[in-house]
Amino acid sequence: MASDYLIDAKGISVRADGRSIIDNVDLTVAEGEIVTLIGPNGAGKTTLVKAVLGLRNLSSGSVSIKPGAVIGYMPQRLSVDTNLPLTVRRFIGLAGKAEKGKRQSVLEEVGVLPIVDSSIHDISGGEMQRVLLARALLRDPDLLVLDEPAQAVDVNGQAELYHLISAIREERDCGVLMVSHDLHLVMSATDKVLCLNNHLCCVGHPEAVSQDPNYVELFGPQVAESLALYHHHHDHEHTVDGHVIPRHAQDHEGHDHG
Amino acid sequence: MDEFILYALLAGLGVTVAAGPLGSFILWRRMSFFGDTLAHAALLGVALGLLLGITDLTVGVVIVCVGAAAFLVVLQNRTRLGNDALLGILSHGTLAVGLVVVSFMENVQLDLIGFLFGDILSVTTTDLAWIYATSGIAIAILFKIWRPLLSITIHEDLARAEGIQVTRINLLFMILIALVVAAAMKVVGILLIAALLIVPASAARHYARTPEQMAGMAVVIGTSSVVGGLMLSLAYDTPAGPSIVVIALVLFLISTLMPNVGRQV
Repeated sequence: MASDYLIDAKGISVRADGRSIIDNVDLTVAEGEIVTLIGPNGAGKTTLVKAVLGLRNLSSGSVSIKPGAVIGYMPQRLSVDTNLPLTVRRFIGLAGKAEKGKRQSVLEEVGVLPIVDSSIHDISGGEMQRVLLARALLRDPDLLVLDEPAQAVDVNGQAELYHLISAIREERDCGVLMVSHDLHLVMSATDKVLCLNNHLCCVGHPEAVSQDPNYVELFGPQVAESLALYHHHHDHEHTVDGHVIPRHAQDHEGHDHG
Repeated sequence: MDEFILYALLAGLGVTVAAGPLGSFILWRRMSFFGDTLAHAALLGVALGLLLGITDLTVGVVIVCVGAAAFLVVLQNRTRLGNDALLGILSHGTLAVGLVVVSFMENVQLDLIGFLFGDILSVTTTDLAWIYATSGIAIAILFKIWRPLLSITIHEDLARAEGIQVTRINLLFMILIALVVAAAMKVVGILLIAALLIVPASAARHYARTPEQMAGMAVVIGTSSVVGGLMLSLAYDTPAGPSIVVIALVLFLISTLMPNVGRQV
């Protein structure tokens, strides 16, 4: 399959225990593109990322990853068992061999140089996120996959981290697939937003998505209004488990849920 | 030095060199019960081996241990019961089946006590050859898969995303444990094999800041336990296998008194 995409996922669905976790989602990430997945808790964001990486079995659909593309993955949570003694340096070194100078500059860029000799059990959640990012970067990735990179990071740190991620993209021209549940912060650092709630609610540029009725419906008008004026009607509602129920047949401008 | 003491010493050292790093991995993966399970499965391996007329008992032990490990994976995929429950079931289930099978063999002379508690002072040159072959293979393979195995131990999904063959490495790891269990059976006996894997590695945790330091220290502590245990056994005529574990236990208790080298804040 020839394509210019780093990731080209078509119609992927994942089921667990008879429940649909993600349903018929298309997802592409082009070279040098930052794609952000947003959605409420339980929307299937992490599952989608894992499905794309081949860590979850698909019940249908296909994922093709550009042959030879190196992936740097930053999982949502990583806690090292306390039985295992591990320094930050050793953990980062496990990602693979990198020349000393390059390693040094990556560690400096991401800001983990001061803690590199600490035990990995003694660093904070925010520091751990940076360590994971450094580890992913040292693989010299064509594609960075970041699952909630800014969790456990305070608000100032979050903005800084997203800034860092877009700087990394500029510098290395790698594709980025990232999960967030806060469109505010990722706005400026993203090219394309996928709004997920088990199915794909809306896709597009961050400004467009923030005005999309489906986005507004998902996150509530207050959240949306702070980004854009709310002047659309929603064409469907969501039940608690994410099912779509059509609202009014007449006001149609939304999307199709095949 | 008497020959039997030299053989005992060599046997003990041959096992602890592999048991140190493998025991460390067992701790890191929170699989302490797994050592017990395989040890108990080993008795079943001995019994079945004798029943089928396989002359070398190590073969039966390794086959049944690998089978038990594979069966565990099957059970994990079929039930929502936690690992601790499954390991408890397998551990005592295989021990019970092994003991029942042994009772059927009226014609075969089986030194059950020897298998349960080990008989390090009666180690022969053939035993030594087996111990060094199995633990040598185990160390060689472990050395080769060290980095991917460590990555999997830290975070399986991350390792998989980075292209590591997780299933293959995990299977190899289980085979390695089966090999070491087979080798350790003669030294400390089935009931205490897990101790030889777990106790020196646990003591080593308190002195280590990196995985490699811990594995190395576990070898040092395990080796010291073998030497100390044999000396204890000779001096006071105590059973050798349990004496080795007693010394390991003492070394562990001492390690807990150390200022927490591994847990600096």
